[in-house]
Amino acid sequence: MRATGIVKRFGDREALRGVSLEAGPGELVAIIGPNGAGKTTLLSILAEISKPDEGEVSSSEGAVGWVPQQAALYRRLTVEENLLLFARLEGHEDPRASTEEMLELTGLRERRGEIVARLSGGNQQRINIAIGLLSRPAVLLLDEPSVGLDPRQRARLWEFVSGLAGHGTTVIFSTHDIQEAERYGGRVLVLADGESLFDGSADELREAVRREAPESADRDFETAFVAYLQHRGH
Amino acid sequence: MRGVRWLLLKDLQILRRSPLQAVLLVAYPILIAVLVGFAISRGPEDPRVAFLNEVPPDTRINVGGQELPKANVREQICERVECVFVDDREEAMSKVESGDVLAALVLPADLVNKINSLSTLTPGVPEVEILVNEENAVKAELVDDRITTLLAEANLRIARRIGNEGGRYLGLLVRGGELEFLGETIPILGLQASARILEQVAPALPPSLRPALEEVTEFASRARENLDVAKPLIDRLAQPIKVDKVTVGGKSPPLEIFAIAVAATLTLAFVVVLLVAGSLALEREENAFARLTRGLVSSNGLLGEKVLLGIAVGLVVTLLMLLGMRIFVPLDLGRVGLWLLAILASGAALGAAGAALGAAGREVRAVSLLAFMVTLPIAFLSLVPSGAVSPAVFDAIRYLTALFPFKPALEAITAALDEAGPGIGEPLLHLAILFVAYAVLARLALRRFATV
Repeated sequence: MRATGIVKRFGDREALRGVSLEAGPGELVAIIGPNGAGKTTLLSILAEISKPDEGEVSSSEGAVGWVPQQAALYRRLTVEENLLLFARLEGHEDPRASTEEMLELTGLRERRGEIVARLSGGNQQRINIAIGLLSRPAVLLLDEPSVGLDPRQRARLWEFVSGLAGHGTTVIFSTHDIQEAERYGGRVLVLADGESLFDGSADELREAVRREAPESADRDFETAFVAYLQHRGH
Repeated sequence: MRGVRWLLLKDLQILRRSPLQAVLLVAYPILIAVLVGFAISRGPEDPRVAFLNEVPPDTRINVGGQELPKANVREQICERVECVFVDDREEAMSKVESGDVLAALVLPADLVNKINSLSTLTPGVPEVEILVNEENAVKAELVDDRITTLLAEANLRIARRIGNEGGRYLGLLVRGGELEFLGETIPILGLQASARILEQVAPALPPSLRPALEEVTEFASRARENLDVAKPLIDRLAQPIKVDKVTVGGKSPPLEIFAIAVAATLTLAFVVVLLVAGSLALEREENAFARLTRGLVSSNGLLGEKVLLGIAVGLVVTLLMLLGMRIFVPLDLGRVGLWLLAILASGAALGAAGAALGAAGREVRAVSLLAFMVTLPIAFLSLVPSGAVSPAVFDAIRYLTALFPFKPALEAITAALDEAGPGIGEPLLHLAILFVAYAVLARLALRRFATV
């Protein structure tokens, strides 16, 4: 997936200012930044939910799966009914087989008949991601997928996502958790106030932080990162 | 189209999964509809009026020394109101104050004497007393209207009775007969017989007396002719203005058919508008809207699915309701094709309006409240008949209700139910125009939402 020079305006406010991004098969890209940095806006443009005012987005063959921050599923339907509905809407030849596959993938086979509203936030997020995968996407876009999850649920989620990347799916996810980005993102894109500040590996980001905010070099990475953003005027 | 089918199935699953919501969605409008229909189809109950008759028994109205037959004023009044007979004025007042009765009517002891004095040289003013408790303006107006009407009718009956008696006396004068007076029977010759006798005796009189006799004979003939004319005049005095009702506009259906049409339209409107608006808002509340419209189903397809859902559920509920109503009121099943046409057209326009409302909000609760707040007052305004309010207000109501599909839906369903009722073409055209307008509005609102 490739995005170049993306500009998005909401009235007078520029939410994105010439942001570019490129991700290859099997790559895990973390988009990190404080609240209001433009992470969700960038992902919604990559998902073609909204259109950029300037710039271009292109992707190689294969669908782009999108998993919104808040679970986009029907809480009054069961796990199975949700998966079956979206498999049918995706036009799968055998929607029941696809549902079984996703139940297996999410590890929710035993809970297939449960109403989604009664599931934990973590399990709801797994179904949310599974629905995003039903289109068998070459690229999976995840908007802050771990928000509201406890550490155990978070670990299971990243194990699941890493497995997808391991099978060749390009995964681009947003987060405002620097440690999560550092741990799971093969590449990190730093956004602040709609501006792209950094694009590189986690190690390169550490180096950049150390270089631009030397006074915070001996502090924890999150504190050093905040100092780095301040040095960059954000 | 494939996506629409699965979304429709999903919405029905959700509806089935929420039995309380489903029951409320169907039962509540039906309850309102039945109550409204019941209220419309029944005339107002007779008001309770305390009745105190202080007139001594066997007192009769007397005209020219002759007692008239009993006017049965009490019976006449008590036919129109529920009379609560009381023994004295204090009891009457107490019942009015407590609200047990709407008003009290007191016929004072001297009422008949004063009526009798009307035909004397010193006429009195007959009065009756009304006790009312004007605790609120509506009640006061109701009492005023009812009592005024009752007294006008009583006056009319007495006037007719007097007119009849007067006419009888005139008949005696003209045609002759017998008059009962103070227990004696007095023969009355009459003008006809007098003229005939005078004509018979005229040839026997000396010629010098004949001109005078001819004048008397002429007078008797003229008097008879004029008094013959006076009889209908006296009759007309009792009711000088006759009402001749001519219907110049609107074919009103029988009241029970109209009540059923109101109930059915109310049910259809609430079911369709609330369901469509709520289910559309649910797509956003569940965050599914963006996911769905990202290639799985078009915005038009989504709107169409919601309107179809509303039409399908509305059709089932309304048809069941109409079939249920057949138990109480004979409805012509031969017109079921027109029922379906009216319900489908109404459901489509109401569904489009519901979609526009649903697209205007974000949360199901807010949208449901909005749909309720729009539908209920519009429905009631649509029932306001011309003449019930000032022309300017009625014009405003007419234009306002024309913008929402309730009124044309009511007209279409009324026309479908009643063979002798108004035509169905005009309301169907109105519904079609509103369907297109609301569908465009809903589409615009959805586009605006998608960009937020």
